[in-house]
Amino acid sequence: MTAPIRVLIAKVGLDGHDRGVKIVARALRDAGMDVIYTGLHRTPEEVVAAAVQEDVDAIGISILSGAHLTLVPRIVELLRQHDADDTVVVVGGVIPDEDVPALKACGVADVVLQDAPPDEVVRRVRDAVAAHPRT
Amino acid sequence: MFDPKAIERIRAEREAWEARELADFVRRQPEARPEYRTGSGLPVQRVYTPEDVADTPWSDIGLPGRWPFTRGPYPTMYRGRRWTMRQIAGFGTGEDTNNRFKYLIGQGQTGLSVDFDMPSLMGYDSDDPRSLGEVGREGVAVDTIEDVEALFAGIDLEKISVSMTINPTAWILLAMYVAVAQARGFDLNKLSGTVQADILKEYIAQKEWIFPIRPSMRLMRDMIVFCARSMARYNPVNVSGYHISEAGATSVQEVAFTMANGIAYVEEVTRSGVAVDAFAPRLAFYFVAQADFFEEVAKFRAARRVWARIMKERFGATKAESMRLRFHCQTAAATLTRAQPMNNVVRTALQALSAVLGGAQSLHTNGLDEAYAIPSEEAMKLALRTQQIIADETRVPNVVDPLGGSYYVEALTTRIEREVLAILNKVDAMGGTIAAIEAGWFQREIADSAYDFARRKASGEAPVIGVNTYVEPAAAAPDMPIHKVPPETEARQVARLRAVRARRDEREVARLMDGLAEAASDPAANLMEPTIALVRARASMGEIVNRLRNIWGTYVEKPVF
Repeated sequence: MTAPIRVLIAKVGLDGHDRGVKIVARALRDAGMDVIYTGLHRTPEEVVAAAVQEDVDAIGISILSGAHLTLVPRIVELLRQHDADDTVVVVGGVIPDEDVPALKACGVADVVLQDAPPDEVVRRVRDAVAAHPRT
Repeated sequence: MFDPKAIERIRAEREAWEARELADFVRRQPEARPEYRTGSGLPVQRVYTPEDVADTPWSDIGLPGRWPFTRGPYPTMYRGRRWTMRQIAGFGTGEDTNNRFKYLIGQGQTGLSVDFDMPSLMGYDSDDPRSLGEVGREGVAVDTIEDVEALFAGIDLEKISVSMTINPTAWILLAMYVAVAQARGFDLNKLSGTVQADILKEYIAQKEWIFPIRPSMRLMRDMIVFCARSMARYNPVNVSGYHISEAGATSVQEVAFTMANGIAYVEEVTRSGVAVDAFAPRLAFYFVAQADFFEEVAKFRAARRVWARIMKERFGATKAESMRLRFHCQTAAATLTRAQPMNNVVRTALQALSAVLGGAQSLHTNGLDEAYAIPSEEAMKLALRTQQIIADETRVPNVVDPLGGSYYVEALTTRIEREVLAILNKVDAMGGTIAAIEAGWFQREIADSAYDFARRKASGEAPVIGVNTYVEPAAAAPDMPIHKVPPETEARQVARLRAVRARRDEREVARLMDGLAEAASDPAANLMEPTIALVRARASMGEIVNRLRNIWGTYVEKPVF
């Protein structure tokens, strides 16, 4: 039996919308993953420190404030600096369609938009982790 | 409401109908579901009769403008004065939002409502590292009084009411608003408007906070007492169910949790020795209009009745104005979908109609593009037109509480009232609102309801048109303008903040800051006056917050999911 996927669910930036992130956290937990939730208003530095310390397979970043193009690349860059760039990054929230390619280009594995039901989020996190085996 | 003999006759008639017409019909054509429920999960009957309102006395329904205000806070409602059409706006700098305000006023909007950016909501200046990427994005950026001057330039604040959606930093915004109004020669007692300032629902639902609960409640008290003394027509708080609902609560929970917060504020202020009738008339409320049409109408009616009882029975209020609940309403943003965005216009129109039938005092209708970005000018115009059509074409506003007396709506109103009172008893048993927040009780209840709804939506049990039923292949891009934040906004705002700092009297700011810190350490002192002096001297919001953070510390949530 393989070990369960370890996921850090992170809320970055100043927005406090945590309805979706809590549903995602619970859905991933119900699907058998180990889920750690950072709580609200975290900085990229805090998220990456937690990811490294918890040795997670994936980080799920929830952002609804519109600051994704500032904060997400910073997280990816910090993971690289911490030699943790084999951690899969998945982004969710209110993200305009035209920003998705920029996020993927900076190293985000998948962008899951609102309206995605819980089971689809679970599947896409699983697929993203499977597609990027850790070295 | 009916005499017992009449109820007996009606019961016999209903039973005969069930045995004959209904039984025959259902045999031939069964109903679509084994049971029906409201959006909150309350059971719903096939049909309602006077039996269902037999235990609702006429005195619980009554007449508009009279205890217990079930039918509305005023005797004539929209015949005397339309609800205020109040579309929220906020983005970029003060000048950017000022332009949008003037556009909306030009389109017939009758009240203003300001959305602030995340750094302003959370008390960070625009040049704080935490503000990076967020300046002017979700709302207007405010650092100093000069931003508020720009925001309201050329707008007569004695003529139009202004609502400000701001919470942990509300007292600073109120101070800036007061200072700007005074500088322009307006009479504070003629200013009408609202500062949201409902910090308890932040801990429960919206999650924008700075300080721990105790000092935050003290700031609430200071605002309420200041307004009671100096701003006769201003609402110092908008006790808000909207965000509780948007975070996932049912409509019953929305009303119950909002009432619990209202009770906590009244307790806080009366504890400081201010008589309840001296401030309660200016407490205002804010609810969502959700998707379940009749449940929402009943919810607004029940909320008025519950609040009237609380004020009279729990707090011994004697003025009618202290007991009548007035509310702003916004249609439900969380019901709007990315898929088939034009459907959002229809959702919003129906929700807005329930708000009007429920007797709202002011209304914001959402833009169809809400699931993409903050609304474009076009989307806001259509949303405003939606209200204007309800107001001028449907003739719905001609009769006060037109659904009053509907067996269904009256029975549901009474049922919601009872459910709300049961939850309030539970909160009392937990030691009150603040104890229940500290125990994470409200937060867990909301998370459970949100998860339950997400599951029902995923299974199709809760249909969402275009999302889990009548799905179409996704269009490449929606055919509508989407609001964009110009990339130079942040730099412009930071430059202005630095320019203001460069030209102010630093020694004066430091002296006033020490005065604020001293007042903060005295629990009896009111922080409004020292804050007004500080913003006038061009202290920034972030500086004021930082000074108090050093004294009071910060709130840390233990997240539950």
